[in-house]
Amino acid sequence: MKTKKILPQLLTLLFIVLIFGFFTMNAQENMDTRGIEFGFSFLKQEASFDIQFSLIDYDGSMSYARAYLVGLLNTLLVSFIGIILCTILGALVGIARLSPNYLIRKTATFYIEFFRNIPLLLQIFFWYFAALRALPMPEDAPLLLGSSFLTIKGLYTPAPVWNNLDIFMITLIIALILIFFFNKYAKKKQEEDGTQYPKFFISLAIFVLLPATTFLIGGVDLSFSFPVLKQLALTAFTFEGGMGIPPELIALTLALTLYTATFIAENVRAGIQGIGKGQKEAAASIGLTPSQVLKLVIMPQALRIIIPPTTNQYLNLTKNSSLAAAIAYPDLVLVFAGTAMMQTGRAIEIVAITMATYLTISLAISALMNWYNKRIAIQEK
Amino acid sequence: MNKINLLKPNKENLNLFLLTGTLFFALGILDFYLNNFLGKNITSFLPGFISFFTPLIFGMMGLYFIRIEFSGIKLLDKLNKNINTSNFNAALSVSIIILIIFSVVPILNWFILDANFVGETKEACTGDGACWVYIKVWLNRFIYGMYPNAEQWRVNATFIIVLAFGGLGYFIPLQFKKYLTLYYAILLPIISFLLIYYLISGGEFGLEWVETGAWGGLSLTFIVSFFSLIFCFPIGMLLALGRRSDLPIVRYSSLSFIEFWRGVPLITVLFMSAVMFPMFLPDGTYVDKLIRVIVAITLFEAAYTAEVIRGGLQALPRGQYDAAKSLGMGYWRLHLLVILPQALKLVIPGIANTFLALVKDTPLIFVVGLLELVGMLNLAKTNPKWLGFSMEGYVFAGIIFWIICYSMSRYSQNLELKYKTDR
Repeated sequence: MKTKKILPQLLTLLFIVLIFGFFTMNAQENMDTRGIEFGFSFLKQEASFDIQFSLIDYDGSMSYARAYLVGLLNTLLVSFIGIILCTILGALVGIARLSPNYLIRKTATFYIEFFRNIPLLLQIFFWYFAALRALPMPEDAPLLLGSSFLTIKGLYTPAPVWNNLDIFMITLIIALILIFFFNKYAKKKQEEDGTQYPKFFISLAIFVLLPATTFLIGGVDLSFSFPVLKQLALTAFTFEGGMGIPPELIALTLALTLYTATFIAENVRAGIQGIGKGQKEAAASIGLTPSQVLKLVIMPQALRIIIPPTTNQYLNLTKNSSLAAAIAYPDLVLVFAGTAMMQTGRAIEIVAITMATYLTISLAISALMNWYNKRIAIQEK
Repeated sequence: MNKINLLKPNKENLNLFLLTGTLFFALGILDFYLNNFLGKNITSFLPGFISFFTPLIFGMMGLYFIRIEFSGIKLLDKLNKNINTSNFNAALSVSIIILIIFSVVPILNWFILDANFVGETKEACTGDGACWVYIKVWLNRFIYGMYPNAEQWRVNATFIIVLAFGGLGYFIPLQFKKYLTLYYAILLPIISFLLIYYLISGGEFGLEWVETGAWGGLSLTFIVSFFSLIFCFPIGMLLALGRRSDLPIVRYSSLSFIEFWRGVPLITVLFMSAVMFPMFLPDGTYVDKLIRVIVAITLFEAAYTAEVIRGGLQALPRGQYDAAKSLGMGYWRLHLLVILPQALKLVIPGIANTFLALVKDTPLIFVVGLLELVGMLNLAKTNPKWLGFSMEGYVFAGIIFWIICYSMSRYSQNLELKYKTDR
C-alpha cells in the first residue's frame, strides 16, 4: 500500500529534477561558451536608450533598473485606466442586456458578441493603424470641449498645475480614512437599532468638501496650462504645454476597455440574473422600498457572484496590456524584454524578471480575491 | 363632439394620435438625416443647442403620442410594450435608432456602395469606399503566407484529408463507438502530424521542401490552433487530476505549474520560447520555431484547461467516488470510467471558452516572426505598391476571426444543450 503512494511521487520528483537539471546544465554550458556570467549586476549599468513616454523622470543616462521601473509604471498606468473604464462600460452594458427595452437589449447583445469574438491584438492594430491614423494633423485639429485637441499625434489636454499638492493629497487621504470609519459606524448602528444613514451622500460630502477647504485655507492652488499650437518648420506643427497623451496609449486603452468590458458585462448580467425572484419578493413583502430592495438585498448578493470572475478579468486585462509591445507603447515587455534585452543580451535574467513581475501582480491579486471571497462567503451550517 | 386633449393620448381618438405620432417621429428622423448626410438643417432658426437635439425631441413626442395602452392594434401594443413603456425608455429608443442610422449608413457606403471590387492594381480603387481589390489580390498570401504558389495544393489537400478523417467519427458503426475517444485523442493527431510533416513540409517523395518560416496566413492559424488544442486537452486533464491528488508532491508540483502559466502573459511565454529556450538546450541542437511556438501555447493553455476541468471535478458529488470505489475500482479506472465522463460533460462551456481564447491568441505568434493572418496583414500593409489599405485588411481579418469564433461559441452552446442530463 505504501509503495503505491510513494512510487508516483518519486517518479514526479525525478522527472522534475531531471528536466530542471538538464536545462540548468545546458544553460551553464551555453553561457560558459559565450562568456556570459549569470547575475543581475547589469541592472545598475547605464541604459543609454530613450523611452518615448514615461511617468517618472528618465533619460538615457539612467540605469536599466530605472528603465524597468518606467516600463512597469506604464504597464500599471494602462491597466489602471483600462480597469476603471471597462468596469463602468461593462456594468452599463450588463444592465442594458437585461433591459425591458428591446432595442437596448439587442444593441448590448450585438456589442458583446461583436467585440468578444475578435482577437484583441487585431483590435489594437485596428485602432492604432487604421482608426487613429485617420485623425487630423496638429494644424488642422479642431478644438474639443474648448481646450483639447485630438490629433494624429495623440490627445492634447490642459495639464493641471498645482501649488502645495502635498497638502491636498494628505487631506484626501484623511477624508478617505474618515469615510472608512464613518461607514463602519453606520453599519454598526444599522445592525444595532436599524437606523440608516444616507451613507453614499455623506461619504461623497466628506470626499468633496474636506479637500475643497484646502483651497480656501490651506494655500492649495490649481491652474491649468493649455496646449498651444507651435510651428516647428514650414509644414511641421506641434503642441506645446498641456498634457500630451500618445496615440499608442489611446489605442491600447480603447481596445483593452472595449474587449474586457464584454466579459465584465456578461458577469454582471449573470450576477443579477443569479438572484432568485423569491429574494426580491421576500424583501418587498417585509416592506422594503424598491430602492432598498436593490441596495440591501439584490446588490450584496449579486456582487458576491460578480466580483470573483470580474477580478479574473482585471487580471486578464493587466496581462493583455503586454500586447502594447505590438504598437510600441513603452510598457514593461517592450522596454525591458524588448529593448533592454537586445542591448544586454541577457535573455535568461530579463525574461525571468519580466515573468516574475507579472507573476507577482497576478498572485497578489489572486490572494486578495481569495481573502475577499472568504470574507463575503455565505456562512452555511 | 367632445374636446380633444392633445396632451393625453387616449383610445377614443386613436387614429388621430397615431397619425400625429408617426408624423412627429418621421419628422425627427428626417431632420436627423438631412442634418447629417445632406448638410441641410431644417431647424436652423432655432438656437444651435436646441437645434442639435430636435431629432430627439421630435422622436420622443412621436412616441409619446402613440403610447396608448390596449389600443386593439396588435402591432402597436407590441411596439409600446417593447420599446416605449415610459418617457425614459422612449428617449433611449430614439437615441438608439438615431445611433443605428448614424453608423449604418456610412458603414454601408464604405463597405458596398462606394467600394471597388473589380481590377488588379491599386489604381482601380477610385471610390471613397473600401478597396476590396486589395484583399482580392492579396488573398492568396493571406491564406497561405509565403508558401510557394505552385505548391499550395499540398496545403489544401492536407486540410481536406484531415477534415475527412475528423468527420469519419460520425459514420463509425455502433460497435466501434467505444474506441472513438482513442481515435480522436491519439490516432487523429498522429495522422495529422504525419500529413503535415510529409505533405506540407515536404522534402520526401519528390515533394519540394518548404521551410516553416514560409508557412503563414490563415492556414498557419489553423495549424497552430489545431495542434495546441489537441495537446493541451490531455495535459490539462492530467494537471487537473494532479492538482486534486492526495500525494503532496504531485499536488504541489501541479499547482505551481498551473499557477505559473496562469500568472504570466502569453507574449512573455513566446518571448521565452524564442530567446530563452535555445539557451536551455545542448549547444547545436535546433528545434523548429513552429514546434517551439506550439509547445509554448500548449503548455500555456493546458494550465487554463486544467483549472476548467478541476471545476468540473469539484462539482461532482462525493457519492460518485465512493460508489466507484465500493465496486473495487482503482484510481485510473475510477477516473476514466466514472468521474471524467461526468466532469467533462459539466465543463463543456468552460473548455469551449478556453479553446476560443486559444484561437484568439494565435496572432501573438508574430513576436517570434511567424506570420499568420494578422502578421501577413501587417506585412502587406508595408508593401510600397499597396500603401494605405490597412483598414480593409483589418476589417477582412476581423470578419474571418469573428465567423470562426462566433460559430465555435454557437456550436459549444448546442453541445451543452445536447449533453445536458438531469442529475
